[in-house]
Amino acid sequence: MTIDFLTNAFGFNFGVLNIVFIILFVVLAPLVGGILAGIDRKLSARMQGRFGPPILQPFFDVFKLMEKEGITVNKYQDFYMGAFLFFIILTGVFFFAGGDLLLVIFSLTLASMFLIVSAFSANSPYAEIGASRELLQMMAYEPMVLLTAVGFYIVIGTFNVADVLAAGKPAIIYLPGVFIGFVFILTLKFRKSPFDLSMSHHAHQELVKGMATEFSGKTLALMEISHWYENVFLLGFVYLFIACTSWVSIIIALLVCIFVYFFETFIDNSFARMRWEVAINSSWIVALILGFGNIFVLYFLKLFGII
Amino acid sequence: MSYVTKSPWVIHYDGSSCNGCDIEVLACLTPMYDAERFGIINTGNPKHADLFLVTGGVNEQNKNVVKQIYEQMPEPKVVVAIGICACSGGIFAECYNILGGVDQVIPVDVYVPGCAARPESIIDGIVQGLGVLAEKRAAMGSAPAAKTEE
Amino acid sequence: MDTYFLGTLAFLILFPTVIALILLAVKSDAARGGIVKLSAALIALGSIVLTVLYFMNGKEILLAFEAEWISYVMIAIEIFLMVVIVYLGIKYKHYWACVLALIQTPLVSWFEITHSGVIPISYNLYVDGLSVIMALIIGIIGSLIAVYALGYMKDFQKHNEDQKDRRGFFFFIIFIFLAAMFGIVTSNNLCWMYFFWEITSLCSFFLIGYSKTDEAIANSFRALVMNLGGGLGFCFAILFLGNFLNTLELTGLLAGGASGAWGYYLTIPVACLAFAGITKAAQMPFNSWLLGAMVAPTPVSALLHSSTMVKAGVFLILKLSPLMGVWLPGYSQSFGVIYYNWAGLMVMMVGGITFLLASFAAISQSNAKRVLAYSTVANLGLIVTCGGIGTAAAVWAGIMLIIFHAVAKSLLFLSVGTTEHRIGSRDIEDMDGLFSRVPAVAKFMIVGICGMFIAPFGMLLSKWACMISFVDSGNPFLILLLVFGSAATLFFWAKWLGKLCAIVAGKDDHEAIGIPGEEKAVLGTLATLTVVLCLFFPVLSNGIVVPYLGSVFADIETGMLASSNLVIMSILVAVLILIIAFFFGKTKKRIVPIYLSGENAGDDISFRNALKQTQAASLKNWYMEGYFGEVKMNRIGIISTVIILALIAAWCAVMTLGAIITMY
Repeated sequence: MTIDFLTNAFGFNFGVLNIVFIILFVVLAPLVGGILAGIDRKLSARMQGRFGPPILQPFFDVFKLMEKEGITVNKYQDFYMGAFLFFIILTGVFFFAGGDLLLVIFSLTLASMFLIVSAFSANSPYAEIGASRELLQMMAYEPMVLLTAVGFYIVIGTFNVADVLAAGKPAIIYLPGVFIGFVFILTLKFRKSPFDLSMSHHAHQELVKGMATEFSGKTLALMEISHWYENVFLLGFVYLFIACTSWVSIIIALLVCIFVYFFETFIDNSFARMRWEVAINSSWIVALILGFGNIFVLYFLKLFGII
Repeated sequence: MSYVTKSPWVIHYDGSSCNGCDIEVLACLTPMYDAERFGIINTGNPKHADLFLVTGGVNEQNKNVVKQIYEQMPEPKVVVAIGICACSGGIFAECYNILGGVDQVIPVDVYVPGCAARPESIIDGIVQGLGVLAEKRAAMGSAPAAKTEE
Repeated sequence: MDTYFLGTLAFLILFPTVIALILLAVKSDAARGGIVKLSAALIALGSIVLTVLYFMNGKEILLAFEAEWISYVMIAIEIFLMVVIVYLGIKYKHYWACVLALIQTPLVSWFEITHSGVIPISYNLYVDGLSVIMALIIGIIGSLIAVYALGYMKDFQKHNEDQKDRRGFFFFIIFIFLAAMFGIVTSNNLCWMYFFWEITSLCSFFLIGYSKTDEAIANSFRALVMNLGGGLGFCFAILFLGNFLNTLELTGLLAGGASGAWGYYLTIPVACLAFAGITKAAQMPFNSWLLGAMVAPTPVSALLHSSTMVKAGVFLILKLSPLMGVWLPGYSQSFGVIYYNWAGLMVMMVGGITFLLASFAAISQSNAKRVLAYSTVANLGLIVTCGGIGTAAAVWAGIMLIIFHAVAKSLLFLSVGTTEHRIGSRDIEDMDGLFSRVPAVAKFMIVGICGMFIAPFGMLLSKWACMISFVDSGNPFLILLLVFGSAATLFFWAKWLGKLCAIVAGKDDHEAIGIPGEEKAVLGTLATLTVVLCLFFPVLSNGIVVPYLGSVFADIETGMLASSNLVIMSILVAVLILIIAFFFGKTKKRIVPIYLSGENAGDDISFRNALKQTQAASLKNWYMEGYFGEVKMNRIGIISTVIILALIAAWCAVMTLGAIITMY
């Protein structure tokens, strides 16, 4: 009965496999995300000629934060943060259940909005500047994210993740520009240099800690876990570009995900922080030229019946 | 086992130091010493920090700031006084504006003497602080134990 | 059945008129309050009765009755109004209004008198799904705003004691406005619709100029001139339809257009009517009249933006949309861009450009009412674009946008109005921590803002549907306009939301004292509607919107937002309500002061600086004037849309000339 309902709800054949995927995501994503974060820190350290922390360091950090005394700046902040985690997980569930890409994007926006409101609610100068910058970054990457969904729709004919994966050819064949554009804005989404404007990933003391300034203890731990979920499902987007029905493509897709993550770490360590103007100018220009340019070409290819 | 010892995040505050100790604190984070090996991160935010590293003595101007930073750190927390000035006021002890060491204002758990304190002894002091941190964590008792992620 | 429908429609149009006349005479506050509340309830009830009748009937209905004398009454009123406009135009030295009025009214009157009886008009009124939706919006939201205005105008009078109390006139116009709106959405006879159309233009003119300051008068004339310009388009469409295509009925126009028999001629009346819609919906280059309308008391803004006036514009465009989506006969679709229906192309491009640029311009505004105004212009742009695309899926999105925009926008305007009377400012920068200062209003404002831009609420759902239909429209530029516009929308709403949600410690809520009961009740009702309507997405869609589309479009399956997504969104709304109900503000943690990087002076906003002085930190939003400055956006918008409109106008003029030459 549940499955029937879900089948109706998602509009495609909703099998046991989907439920397995959802459970796997909910359970494994934080593990994978945490380990990825650990690898990131280790890699960064090695790139800087250091030994670096253990791979499991992100978990130690989160467990420690869980043990700390609970303090907060107002009655509402924790609620917003909890809602952030909840809706990030929900977003991932929509995605890994093979749901609608636009639904995924909108629910991700809702989740991010909770994080931003959580920071705003503190009414602290550092948190507020961080939150404003995060908003600016959202404005910067949103067009490219939406164009990605549109690109899949034009190639595949639906917005459903499941249908993208069921296609005969990898979508990247038609969407090279969109792919590059998406990888570009991933830097903003992962909050990496040169665009770690909102939370000072590396420059720990610039802006104190931006948006996260007023979060402490468990609240901060929840934010970290949410980011792990978020990163995993962002890599899922990358996977989507390459994976199709053939096994080879799935293996390549996983390798590309790993490579993209490595690439982001590399970019992170080779750039200094840039001004917000650069963030918005560059991502809008990328969205316009690579994203929209790609889609524009696709339109005409479709119009003349070439694809 | 408590995880507080595995991820010591520090906040560093310069009281009225001559900047000698401050440079040594920052030197701990360089590839040469690589304090992040132990999970040590310089957060710059009392709300995230477990250890409070103070360099230099406390003066009239900044005693409230030191107090406030200490108060804003969530329990369990440890104060490490770095350099002889932070321990006792050092050569500035007799100055008209100096109150003395950090322990005049807030409780100090670990004293790291030296002028300036060397990175090795600073890291050693932090690691000593971890022992205190673990004790304090154990004393908090009924606080929720470490959970696996949901 | 016909009689019931006729009776209800007569009630909806005539009853507010009668009440309006009574209110003109009533002077006492108590009596006015009683009359307004009672009649608002009755009007809302009337629109609900109309809905019930529609569902009992099960489909749209056309109403035939002998009513030639009504047309003559209308002509008489039109001529009277022309005289009024000419008099006021001369008095205040705004001669363009006189010129426009002197052209169109005699033309239409002459045409109606000479052609009455020549062109058969079988049905003067009709009721279909769209008009029921519009009637509900006008009847419920419009009358709620009228009730709100009672308390607000009392405060307003107190704040402007030097002015003469003209509240009787104010409520007179408001009720006439409602009556005219009911007329627009149910008139099948285009001459009737034109009559009501002109009345709404004039009503908004009087309301905008209500305070009679120089600025108000200048802005009201701007609104009047632009809307009369649109009326000229309407008038031209009537003349063209009557002279060359032999119909004066909306149904006739829709049927004739769909048959394909009219060829290129079809585009001319459609483009002219759409032009009228574009002016009324305040699309670029005409958006300045709606921005100027901000000088009026806030309930007027709420009324103009949500349930009346601009909604008449988009209503007409959505009504015509089946004619805009059609390809002109005789050409294959593969090179269709070249032979596309020009009216549709004009409408979708004007709407899309307006959406993008108005969303950008909203970022640069700190005056709450101007942000709301630009957001209205932008959202109307989306609706207009949907109308221009003219597929069932696009119109579905357009109708949903109308519904949710009406509710959320009226809520926002009214809560800004109440806030303004509480804190003495309508600037967003002054709304810091409103959530702790004026909780009663801030809560509603937050609901309104969320309703405007975020999942799972109505506007976002509609935008989702827009997205799909824009991609399917065959015009890739629309996608570009939509994705960048959406990003801007997100930014300007969220930064406002952030301001409201900030918790400023130590502020008590003394400013919240003394909010008039009517205002609270109306805000509460609208906030509830904003949320509850979202719980019923599937019902709304399957119950009324889809059946309406089924009666208008041949193909209503393609590109439609899957109904499963509606269910998901409704569930999300429910989840959101539940988690808020159970977890909001329930923390047991110790509450500590914020970190101010130095010594927090104790009040969470000021710190002690290096000289031991206490200094307050102030937090400001981003406005990005250099990127999204209002002047720049308007200039780009006006130039690009004027070029589009001029091209279409030139084309229409040439074709009309051709038609005249062929005829004689």
